[in-house]
Amino acid sequence: MSDVVEKTLTALPSLLSLDPQPGSAKLSSTSKLGNLIRGITELTSKHEEEKLIQHELASIKDQVSSPNTSMRQMKELMVRAIYCESLGYEASFTYIHAIKLAQQGTALEKRVGYLAVSLFLNESHELLLLLVNTVLKDLQSTNLIEVCMALTVVSQMFPKDMIPAILPLVEEKLNHPKEIIRRKAVLALYKFYLIAPNQVQHIHNKFRKALCDKDPGVMTASLHIYLQMIQENPEGYKDLTASFVTILKQVVGGKLPMDFNYHSVPAPWLQIQLLRILALLGKNDQSASAVMYEVLDESLRRAEMNHNITYAILYECVKCIYTIHPKSDLLEKAAKCIGNFVLSPKINLKYLGLKALTYVVQQDPRLALQHQMTIIECLDHSDLIIKRETLELLFRITNAQNVVVIVEKMLEFLRVNTDDYTTIDLVGKVAELAEKYPSDTMSTVFSVGGDMMQPDIPNSFLKLLSEGFDSVEEDRKLRLFAVDSYITLLQKEPGKLPQRFLQVISWVLGEYSHLKDELEPTVVLKLLAKLLDMKHTSSETKSWILMAMTKLCEGGAEVSVVREVSETYSSSMDTVLRQRAHELQYLSQDSELRAKVLLRDNGLRPLEVDSSLSFLDGFVSEALAAGAAPYKPPHQRQEELAQAKALSLEPYGLSLPMSMSSCSITDRQSPTLLSMSSGLSGDSAEISHKGGSTSLKLDGVKRVWGREGYLPQRAAVEEAAQVEVPCTLRSPSQQGDADSSHSQTPTSTPTPTEPDPEKQQLASLFFGLSSQSSVCLMGKPEPTPHRFRRKAKGVTDPTSSSLISTPSNVEKLLCNNLLDSNIASELAVSSAKQITELPQGLKTASSDIKQNNPSLIVDNGIVAAADEDPDRPKDLCLISHLPAELSELCHSEITPLCTIQSILCAVNSCQYRGDGIFPVAWGGPSGSSVLIQTPFNHLHQVTHVSAELKKSTQCLSFAHSDVTFPCRPLTVSTEEYGTMWLSFSHDTKQNLTLIGDGQEALTATLNVLKQKLQLHVVEIIGQEGILSCRLLQDQPCLMHCRVHAGTLAVWLRSPVPDLPDCLIYHCQRALQEY
Amino acid sequence: MIKAILIFNNHGKPRLIRFYQYFAEDMQQQIIRETFHLVSKRDDNVCNFLEGGSLIGGSDYKLIYRHYATLYFVFCVDSSESELGILDLIQVFVETLDKCFENVCELDLIFHMDKVHYILQEVVMGGMVLETNMNEIVAQVEVQNRMEKSEVSDVKQGL
Repeated sequence: MSDVVEKTLTALPSLLSLDPQPGSAKLSSTSKLGNLIRGITELTSKHEEEKLIQHELASIKDQVSSPNTSMRQMKELMVRAIYCESLGYEASFTYIHAIKLAQQGTALEKRVGYLAVSLFLNESHELLLLLVNTVLKDLQSTNLIEVCMALTVVSQMFPKDMIPAILPLVEEKLNHPKEIIRRKAVLALYKFYLIAPNQVQHIHNKFRKALCDKDPGVMTASLHIYLQMIQENPEGYKDLTASFVTILKQVVGGKLPMDFNYHSVPAPWLQIQLLRILALLGKNDQSASAVMYEVLDESLRRAEMNHNITYAILYECVKCIYTIHPKSDLLEKAAKCIGNFVLSPKINLKYLGLKALTYVVQQDPRLALQHQMTIIECLDHSDLIIKRETLELLFRITNAQNVVVIVEKMLEFLRVNTDDYTTIDLVGKVAELAEKYPSDTMSTVFSVGGDMMQPDIPNSFLKLLSEGFDSVEEDRKLRLFAVDSYITLLQKEPGKLPQRFLQVISWVLGEYSHLKDELEPTVVLKLLAKLLDMKHTSSETKSWILMAMTKLCEGGAEVSVVREVSETYSSSMDTVLRQRAHELQYLSQDSELRAKVLLRDNGLRPLEVDSSLSFLDGFVSEALAAGAAPYKPPHQRQEELAQAKALSLEPYGLSLPMSMSSCSITDRQSPTLLSMSSGLSGDSAEISHKGGSTSLKLDGVKRVWGREGYLPQRAAVEEAAQVEVPCTLRSPSQQGDADSSHSQTPTSTPTPTEPDPEKQQLASLFFGLSSQSSVCLMGKPEPTPHRFRRKAKGVTDPTSSSLISTPSNVEKLLCNNLLDSNIASELAVSSAKQITELPQGLKTASSDIKQNNPSLIVDNGIVAAADEDPDRPKDLCLISHLPAELSELCHSEITPLCTIQSILCAVNSCQYRGDGIFPVAWGGPSGSSVLIQTPFNHLHQVTHVSAELKKSTQCLSFAHSDVTFPCRPLTVSTEEYGTMWLSFSHDTKQNLTLIGDGQEALTATLNVLKQKLQLHVVEIIGQEGILSCRLLQDQPCLMHCRVHAGTLAVWLRSPVPDLPDCLIYHCQRALQEY
Repeated sequence: MIKAILIFNNHGKPRLIRFYQYFAEDMQQQIIRETFHLVSKRDDNVCNFLEGGSLIGGSDYKLIYRHYATLYFVFCVDSSESELGILDLIQVFVETLDKCFENVCELDLIFHMDKVHYILQEVVMGGMVLETNMNEIVAQVEVQNRMEKSEVSDVKQGL
């Protein structure tokens, strides 16, 4: 068939040039559209075309606005407008007429109107609202074609807000006798589901009915919806697995009418859709997978015909088999299929084969090994797309042995590639590899990738460089190497380097050039100054350079260079540059200040971020004492603003019986509320307010004291633990040091020009794979390889470096082959050793922590005891002061804390609605009582305050600084979590440190949080995890964690304002303690 | 989901443009130009899939195209569509056009752009594959044609 098409299409140019032909006679040659088109084809320049179209548009405009134009003529005009628009000329004046045509015309005119509307407008266009009524009318029409048109336009674009208006009508159409209408209605509903899922929630069972429709076409349409819904929630549709399998069985078995065959394959698109659904359902589910095996086998067997569409089915089949719970004989068949794909001479199939390989290679690296020859060939394929796909595949099988060759291949591709998008993608990948397997490739990446790469790549590279790896020695070498190579680069021809790279260079030189003893700072400074003078250096880069210079100048000979530079730039137009220049000037003159500001620190110095900003406490309390208003977070300010605007309907005399939550508001909120709740005369309310504010102030001050008081203790304990842990961890890396001292750097520039490049590539590409699979490391789940990778670096590096240091290539090749087995065994031994070593180290560490733990528990014990201690007579009279809403609850003995100007403060622990025990501090003048702290808000502060107050009254001193955070796990499902997440307004984000490294870090960290803080782990998906907890019945807090760049990015949400902040603090503490 | 269907000739002149996702007018033209640029420089003996045109939405998107003599048929799809499946859908679409126009040629597409749109509407609806069975598509188109004819004769009778 395509041959016929091709023939006619080849004949086209001749048709175009000649006038009325028998073929084109049927094309309304006399119509105005015909004239327009003919006019355009005759033109030669873009400019002429523009002129003609503008003229045309002007005449269309005249005619559409004329009242004499009939609907029939309008139809013709509309087609011309569509034509102009498709050429890229705007005809917005016709939009309203298109809608009018759809509203008023006959069926045929409507058709043009609808078409024009759907081509011209988008979902959010305001004119679309005018169409809603028309659509409503047409949906109810008895003319099938009109109904079809309405459904089509609805699924093409419909304003989201107007969906409810037509939803019932569309739903009704699911029962329409005509299957074409039912099918279109299903698709329209699917579209609604995509743009507004919550609006079609109630008709899920109607989807099921559509799935069971007697017409296979309607059923096929409903699969769109199911594919989407199962993708979002596979658990919810497990019960349908058997039905889908049955459907597929029937289709494969040829039970459908012959009509559905395409090239004698029964309903191939339907099969593809079903296979995708099955893959989703069978993923990680053995029982569901078991149901599918038979039909998958059948599909594989049936799809043996040599036609494109059967390959499409095969491809889906293979993907499905590798996604669901594995079954060995199916896997074997699938592997064979992939082999056929990869080996196929048809390029499309090769492409898909590579894609399939990329998909399965993580599970079964041997498959790549089988096809290594083909893969190597594909690397040199003339089609860039195939090449890229191959690189993608290689990226997945990269390991420490083959990384050099693979990166080299990628860089090679980068040099010839012209497509920006691919470059960005690939540079990212190379950077990722360089990060995993550190080497000097980053220089090449920066110079090739240029300014196009994403900004986080240089950042993460610098982070890597500064945070270093396991051993100090290795870091030093890498940094030295970086300094060396960058100096050489700058000495050559810095003018060609991209800006980003220059920035990286200047940072590295500023930070690390002192590592190289023989290098005079003046030399570096001069090089940097030369960069500054270059014309095309951007001002951003210049400020990087100036910063580097600031770090470098130590007084002495270099001062003259620095002075010159700083003088030039201190009058720069760019404020940032001027700022930097001034900094440079001052710091270069004042060496004392300089030493203070720029600490030169060789060791690993992680920056501690004090998220609670406790160092500002002193300042804050001073400000408060001086009468400043306390800080309110923005949401609270808004709330108050809203409250202030609204009329207060509550009576002034509202007295004591109030809810806990209103108490919590009282202590932080506006004075009016406070006085209201105290329920006393204006005078005493004033006092109580004062009391509140004094206690607030105390809070701030005392907290600092509290911290100071307890910090030494805790620090001492931590130190002790640290002494233990690093020791055990260091041993493997020390070993690595000893080994890696063979060579200067693990990987220097590879030499791809070998006598037998292909063989060499082969060896080095799959080298690691084969050796690793012999130790069965790839086959296992992630944790081992990762740990293995990190720890074994010292062991693997020397092999590659010894490869490079061997003098001749032949020897190198030999070496490769020989080493293959050697290394395998060596690796096996060493990794085993290290793995056994590691747990021991961990064990000692954890036992240390256990030793810490009891002491914490003991601390808690003391608290409990302390609460019972105080003398009873006082307690009795204190009970009368207990706030009303607390007095009915169970509580422990009340401990008076102090009395300040007739204001009594006391602390006790209180059981609240059977939900848990909280310490509560409250106080007030005798006769009244105001809670000064609600339990959760500033729990630790309360204890600090109370502890301090106690000290001052000489009653008892608290021997602990920490109270376990009083939350409980909140068991929710992932969906519930999702809806809750969206509904909560207060949130906090922060990065926390991860415990452990590699794939397991997330799980490990979350487990610690689970143990320490009783959080409920809802689900862990890849690198993300969600947790939940609650404080009280209706005070939940949700936590979302993601592993990002070696830290745990945490996002907390809760309906309770301070809860996220409080929880994050406790998480931080918990992880620190661990 | 199908994000866009573009048909243009060997010189990059658009013959049928259908977007299923909203893009501003100038963006549309840019996409057409870039797609043409990407597709036209590829030989006929390379694969029919192209990845990651940066304009239409990054790594999840693919261009799947077929080249017939003077015309390129390009479908821009996301990862939820099967590559080979779409490739055959293009074939189905072209064969349908051929049936409806009796030996379709570029001129048919130019002069009857509206009709081509109507046919396409029976194959792909709002970005979703509606029908892959050629006979069914042709039948639907014919129903509309009959209506057209009856209306024309009505008008004539009215005169």
